[in-house]
Amino acid sequence: MSLVVSHANLSIEGRAILDDVSFALAPGRLNALIGPNGAGKSTLLRVILGFEPAARARIEFEGQDFLALPRRTRARIAALVEQSATTDQPLAVHDAVMLGRLPHQDGWGAAHDNDDERIVADALSRVGMEPFATRRFPTLSGGEQQRVHIARALAQQPRLLLLDEPTNHLDLSAQIAVMEILRALADTGMTILVTMHDLNLTAAWFDTVIALDRGRVVAEGAPKAVIDAGFLARVYGVPATIFTNPASGRPMISYGPGTNSVAGQIEI
Amino acid sequence: MVAAPLGLSALAPAALRRMRGRAALAGLSALLVVSIVVAVTIGPAQISAGEVWTVIAHKLGLVADSPVSRLREGIVWELRLPRVLAAAAVGAGLAICGAVMQALTRNPLADPYLLGVSSGAAVGAVSMLLLGATLLLPVGAFLGALAAMALTLGLARAMGAITASRAILAGLAVSALASALTSLLIFWTATGDSYREILSWLMGSLAGTRWTDAALGWAALALIGGPLLTSGRVLDGFVFGDTAARALGIAVDRTRWLMLGGTALLTGVLVAISGAIGFVGLILPHAVRLVCGGRNRDVLPLAALAGAVFMIWADTAARTLFDPRELPVGIVTAMLGAPAFFWVLMRNRRAT
Repeated sequence: MSLVVSHANLSIEGRAILDDVSFALAPGRLNALIGPNGAGKSTLLRVILGFEPAARARIEFEGQDFLALPRRTRARIAALVEQSATTDQPLAVHDAVMLGRLPHQDGWGAAHDNDDERIVADALSRVGMEPFATRRFPTLSGGEQQRVHIARALAQQPRLLLLDEPTNHLDLSAQIAVMEILRALADTGMTILVTMHDLNLTAAWFDTVIALDRGRVVAEGAPKAVIDAGFLARVYGVPATIFTNPASGRPMISYGPGTNSVAGQIEI
Repeated sequence: MVAAPLGLSALAPAALRRMRGRAALAGLSALLVVSIVVAVTIGPAQISAGEVWTVIAHKLGLVADSPVSRLREGIVWELRLPRVLAAAAVGAGLAICGAVMQALTRNPLADPYLLGVSSGAAVGAVSMLLLGATLLLPVGAFLGALAAMALTLGLARAMGAITASRAILAGLAVSALASALTSLLIFWTATGDSYREILSWLMGSLAGTRWTDAALGWAALALIGGPLLTSGRVLDGFVFGDTAARALGIAVDRTRWLMLGGTALLTGVLVAISGAIGFVGLILPHAVRLVCGGRNRDVLPLAALAGAVFMIWADTAARTLFDPRELPVGIVTAMLGAPAFFWVLMRNRRAT
């Protein structure tokens, strides 16, 4: 286990946003954080990174007390991809990714420029965006912008990568592109935690699912073990029929009219 | 995917842009020097560029004797040169303040004038003037600028998340209040030609600028503008918002507080010199971005140089167009800046 979150608590104005959240993640796996809106998913990412001063939590990464590390050291270890962060500035894609070198640069940043260029080029190639290096960020599609954000995070050379709903607002092929990138990154041994809304995408791609509801961890395990009809009714309040994909053995969820909280059968 | 050749293709534009950036920097620096000399030659008394050089060289001790008459030397050294240099400092400083405020607030419309900071500084400066504390003029202006900035951002926040248009609306309110206060203070206490004095604080004017003003402007530019100029890399970290900046290891709150405080301080000193001159901080950074892209590292020094050149010529127009009457220089910058403001508004419809 590389990331260990112990007893994460956060209350705002007397309301518990996170209520004693504890879990551990292994490197090299795709870990999803699911739960309805307001369950505390994004907040938990911010707590892990130390962005919520009011939170009480112990975050251990690779055996170190992560939150005790200096700010810039943390930014060299952990990177964050927010959902649809954008800008109106005519910033070139190459420069947007170069921002990821900031925590590695001294005040002037001149000394490592060549290394930085190599790392940025590598990050762009890992997300398939090298042909776009000179394009201006605001002219990209949502999916392309998201890939640039991932490249920027990779330029930080992180060992812990947190993503907040990276597939939101993306069309289907862009969603799959993002998932393929994340799969490849997990295979390099990175520790990856992703908040997800789309449960079918989650079930199809992730190794581990952690479910939050009203600030508490309510289920944890492989998608097959967590996502069932009872879980959907309990946590999301939605009747759903769960099938099993005969090819992958992973759950497939149908929420449409005519569904009720049962396991379905697929006729082949 | 083949990383190596594609990696090289990403390198080439970076090197190309570095060269273009250096060329733009050198070109604008040369233009600034030429502008200073040429602007000094312009005025009711015909003075040649050669005479200007000679006077400068003589005063700096580079040549022993000067063939230029004492009267003409006085026009160059005592009247025009300090005014042109003060204009350059004010223009450069305002452009830096605008670019920094735009980056820190992620607001393309941010500018010391539009956010009410300049008007606040004018209240502070006029108060010190009326109290007879002429030496404390820049201090009063700084306090006024800081109060106005806090009020504008506080009002904008009270409306919800600080968006560009909310900040502008709040700035409008603060600016109106501060301008009225300035006018009231002058009108109340002045005996003679108070309208003229009111106008020069509200619209800005460099009439009667002395060496002390020029020196003050350049000192502020060096001490406050200098550190702001070198902060482009950190400012770039704000481009995708506060959380992204935090994730890059930036101390977001401390940085924003320090740098906005720096712009208030610089604006205060500049307003103490020239009154509240509008739109320079807005349009120059945008003009530079059109040419060199959105990186603050590139934008800041170029905007400073462009602001200096722009201000020199705006002030030259202000003092010569209706000779012998002087136009407040803010009228010239507003005539050019208001259409540019409109253009920025249209370009950023989505953001506002």
